[in-house]
Amino acid sequence: MTVTTPTARRGLGLRGREAVAGYLFLLPWLIGLLCFVIGPMVASGYFSFAKYDIVNTPEFVGLKNYQDIFTKDRLFWTSLKLTFRYAIIVVPLSLIGSLAAAMLLNQALKGTTLFRTFFFLPHLTPVAASAVLWAWMFNPDVGPINYFIRNNLGIENAPGWFRDPQWAMSGLIIMAMWGAIGGNTMLIFLAGLQGVPQELYEAASIDGAGIWTKFRNVTIPLLTPTIFFNMVLGIIGALRVFTAAFVATAGGPAYATWFYSLHIYTRAFKYFEMGYASALAWILFFIMFVFTFIQFRASRRWVYYAGEVNE
Amino acid sequence: MAQEVMTRSTTPALRKPLTDSGARRQQLLGRTLLYTIAIVASILFMMPFAWTVFSSLKSPSELYMFPPSWLPTTPRFANYAEVFDVSPFGRWLWNSVIVAGLATFGAVLSAALTGYSFARFRYPGRDLIFLLTLGTLMLPAEVTLIPLYLLFNKAGWLDSYRPLIVPSFFGGGAFLIFMMRQFFLTLPRDLDEAARIDGAGYLRIFWQIILPLSIPALVTAAIITFIGEWNSFLFPYIILNTKEKFTIGIGIKYFQTIASNIDSIEPRENLLMAAGMMMTAPILVLFFAAQRYFVQGIAMSGIKG
Repeated sequence: MTVTTPTARRGLGLRGREAVAGYLFLLPWLIGLLCFVIGPMVASGYFSFAKYDIVNTPEFVGLKNYQDIFTKDRLFWTSLKLTFRYAIIVVPLSLIGSLAAAMLLNQALKGTTLFRTFFFLPHLTPVAASAVLWAWMFNPDVGPINYFIRNNLGIENAPGWFRDPQWAMSGLIIMAMWGAIGGNTMLIFLAGLQGVPQELYEAASIDGAGIWTKFRNVTIPLLTPTIFFNMVLGIIGALRVFTAAFVATAGGPAYATWFYSLHIYTRAFKYFEMGYASALAWILFFIMFVFTFIQFRASRRWVYYAGEVNE
Repeated sequence: MAQEVMTRSTTPALRKPLTDSGARRQQLLGRTLLYTIAIVASILFMMPFAWTVFSSLKSPSELYMFPPSWLPTTPRFANYAEVFDVSPFGRWLWNSVIVAGLATFGAVLSAALTGYSFARFRYPGRDLIFLLTLGTLMLPAEVTLIPLYLLFNKAGWLDSYRPLIVPSFFGGGAFLIFMMRQFFLTLPRDLDEAARIDGAGYLRIFWQIILPLSIPALVTAAIITFIGEWNSFLFPYIILNTKEKFTIGIGIKYFQTIASNIDSIEPRENLLMAAGMMMTAPILVLFFAAQRYFVQGIAMSGIKG
């Protein structure tokens, strides 16, 4: 790049001009990164060691917030347990469901585009609207789900769903499945499936492989990067679950759906304990970081990148 | 090209000539089974929508009828009009259009600028800043939510749309930036070079050559952002207080409390369902109008991410 162009004549060299222009294009994001990401992060880190109720200035209290969270806050442990339980069920189910749906759409059925749209529309539905909609679907008395359970399955003692501490979580999980199975995860799997070279299937057929063997030894290994990507995003998303529970159950009944983000929200914006809530948020960040880190470490054992071998 | 990938789906195994009628029968059985699964799954996915639409057209007395019926005896389209009478629903829709529209505009424009900077210019610290940008993808919004609230509180911006719009103009977030950068990397560098030799400045190259070539990527980015903004709940919920200023997401939550108000003489779930449908409909329309871009964009994010 030492070719002299007319622009390079004045003052700065071509390299210098390029650098200045590069920084200028970057400027809005640099400001955004500092003001809306890094700055707030640093502030939040400080608040987590402070007592801060907005009205009075933050008062440094050391590790007190963290100490209180781990030793005194029973709802913290409740919310952590519930959030994990939710994630442990939702993540594998939605991964398996999405993969199955993607494979179905990859079978060259007539009307595939239509099926894809039907599967995808629930994912587009705003979570707040879908929470309202499912609360009505799950209405214990006149909802179609309980009607089906009573009438067609013959079970008299149908669940109370969002009004029953024992069933509220299941209701939210079903609702999450409805929105997740045919969503982005499915589209990403579909693109991944279509990237599997057909020769591999043909070669496997010649070797006498059946459907299951082909799935197990061709499809799955080649999809591992996609599965990995979807799993990392899925776990992060599940640990952050908020709106569905906030609108459909408000964390109840009897704290049965008191997810971690609801706990942060309540402490911050109901009790205005900004320091305490910041500490809660950092714990969530730490948990998510550890999970992602472990997954990346573990991924070396099971994720197969075709490019690594060929190139 | 991606378009072609998305539609090609015939598996060679199916095209193979079948030798005996037994295999043919088995094949037919397999196909029938697949169609059955696809149709049943479609019905299951669509059923909540159907129930919502039918409920939204029922009269109050039909809502709690037992046994429940799917269809209203006579569809009451007036329910949809009534939603606007019992709440400032029209205002909320309009607010959402403005907020989501401006935020999308700002996010896509500034993400394009940033992505272009990362894709085309060489300067000290570029890769470090890019890495840092990708790192912010990991950061949960929960961590910055509280300090941002406090920041906008200090600035006197609470209960206004500024917190929902202004930050979008500063980069649009790591995901969009990454997406734009990846797209710009696919455009040949010769385009820029040729224009530069002709004496065009960097901004002009970006504006007149790069952006027009990037319309598919920009549209994809815009649709994904708009839907995200339209559906966003928590942040507007903590920022906005005045009922008339609500966006549609919080509006529906407010409407939910009206609908379940014990003081009201008759049940209002029909109105609630009508409101839910009206919140969802614009997204569905947008999706159908730009389905191609949308599906591609999501698929690309997964493959290249």
